[in-house]
Amino acid sequence: MKDELLSEIKRLKERYPKGEAALLPALYLAQKQFGWLSREAMQSVSDCLHVPEATVKGVATFYSMYKHRQIGRHLIQLCTNVSCMLFGAERLVDILSERYNLATGGTTQDGRFSLVIMECIGACDRAPAMLVDADLHCNLNENNIGEILERYK
Amino acid sequence: MERYLLKDIENPRSTDIGEYKKIGGYKSLIRALEMSPNDLIDEVKKSGLRGRGGAGFPTGMKWAFASADPKFPKYLICNADEGEPGTFKDRPILEKRPHLLIEGMAISGYAIGAEYGYIYLRGEYPEARDILEGAISEAYRDGFLGDNILGKGIRFHLSVHRGAGAYICGEETALIESLEGKRGQPRIKPPFPVNVGAFGMPTVINNVETLANIPLIVEIGADAYSKIGSPECPGPKIYCVSGHVEKPGVYELPMGSTLREIIYDHSGGVRGGKELKAVIPGGISTPVLPPDRIDCPMDFVNMPRYGSMLGSGAVIVFDETVCLVKVCYRALKFFEHESCGKCTPCREGTGWLRSILGRIDEGSGRKEDIDLLLDVAGNISGKTLCPLGDGAASVVTNFIRHFRDEFEKHMGKTCV
Repeated sequence: MKDELLSEIKRLKERYPKGEAALLPALYLAQKQFGWLSREAMQSVSDCLHVPEATVKGVATFYSMYKHRQIGRHLIQLCTNVSCMLFGAERLVDILSERYNLATGGTTQDGRFSLVIMECIGACDRAPAMLVDADLHCNLNENNIGEILERYK
Repeated sequence: MERYLLKDIENPRSTDIGEYKKIGGYKSLIRALEMSPNDLIDEVKKSGLRGRGGAGFPTGMKWAFASADPKFPKYLICNADEGEPGTFKDRPILEKRPHLLIEGMAISGYAIGAEYGYIYLRGEYPEARDILEGAISEAYRDGFLGDNILGKGIRFHLSVHRGAGAYICGEETALIESLEGKRGQPRIKPPFPVNVGAFGMPTVINNVETLANIPLIVEIGADAYSKIGSPECPGPKIYCVSGHVEKPGVYELPMGSTLREIIYDHSGGVRGGKELKAVIPGGISTPVLPPDRIDCPMDFVNMPRYGSMLGSGAVIVFDETVCLVKVCYRALKFFEHESCGKCTPCREGTGWLRSILGRIDEGSGRKEDIDLLLDVAGNISGKTLCPLGDGAASVVTNFIRHFRDEFEKHMGKTCV
């Protein structure tokens, strides 16, 4: 697994004049392979890029899309910023908590969903909106959010 | 007005290079390569194009600074980190017109003498990444990118660099840090990126929409371009409208269209015939306006005269039912979350503002809280390296300036 990661990161490095610039994309790759940025995942990135482990961790913890613990099979990224708030995004947070026992930043007991609250995902004209994994879902309401999530097993 | 930036977006195959060529795509690049880089820069200067990311800096001037710097290599970066809440104007270009952006970047790279370009794309747009990467491969295949563009010995390489969920990386020096693989914290300016940018080299950073204007300038010429929209601030502008309007969405209009036209003529007016209470005209960081100021022309020159800013052109409309204390509170939660932590006034101040607004929102506000908010805001404003702190402070001061009554009525009470 590590060899594969190594060769992919090597390819990434070619895009930049300095290898360490590949750190952000390398972290995405490692996260994809390991499921989250475990110590082992960050060590691999550190080895591949010859960047100190402390630097890797410092960068990884700065950005909200890197995960520092195991997450569910599907990641719900729900926006509650102003335009989404106007159309009931906060009520949707409550619904996820009531129906799925899913708290902000948490994971359902069966490991199916994790929930992260987002700061604007640029779908304000179709608010409220969420990303489930890489899929954008818009015009959410109390009824359709359940139907949408049913598609993710 | 005829749409240029959003032309053909209804075509389900608009991302395809063949479709783009059918509507004249890449002809501007061919024409640009017949010109000298300096003539191109002069043409962009003459066009009057100002950066569409929010600051409104004259694009041609930025290019000239980078071009004049003797250091090589130079870099061109497209800022596609569209993170300002309320903003979704670049999304249709990224997702529906990737070749317009690529063409704009190839022309710009040639003009400033950059051989490498990056599109810094926000992590929240996964679909746009796939589309851009597909379009970049097509452009390489057809000779619009690479080591020998159109057989003319001109070199320009382009790749997508994906951000990872940090609003601050929309600030250009933080963006550079992030591109270099670091924490996205702003640098002290000067030196400016045009001299010391990515990897220490001269770097031009332009917004998606700015770069998408370049092929049009080359196509119709600076004189014709400068006749579109406001004389002081010409060109087409994509306004994105959300909140309580009948038809939220993106509208490409001449720069300087008034807020009233945008809301009532194009977006169908306030939803359900309700009364307009307030408008944020240019994304959450721009000062809120009351209904009696919506005749302002939405451009970089006129908005400050009405007490706000054009920002990203992200219009958020609030009807009479909205609690503006809650809006202000939500905005400050955002700023607190997104403060990078480098400057103390912003890191600490945004937290205090959020906390005070939170207690007013839940009905535990104290009479002195309004002055306290203004005091904290005053201690952030102008005391930070980048505009995030200023934005947070100005949100609070402007909500209070125009809607102080509402804050006063909220003291000791929750809203209904």
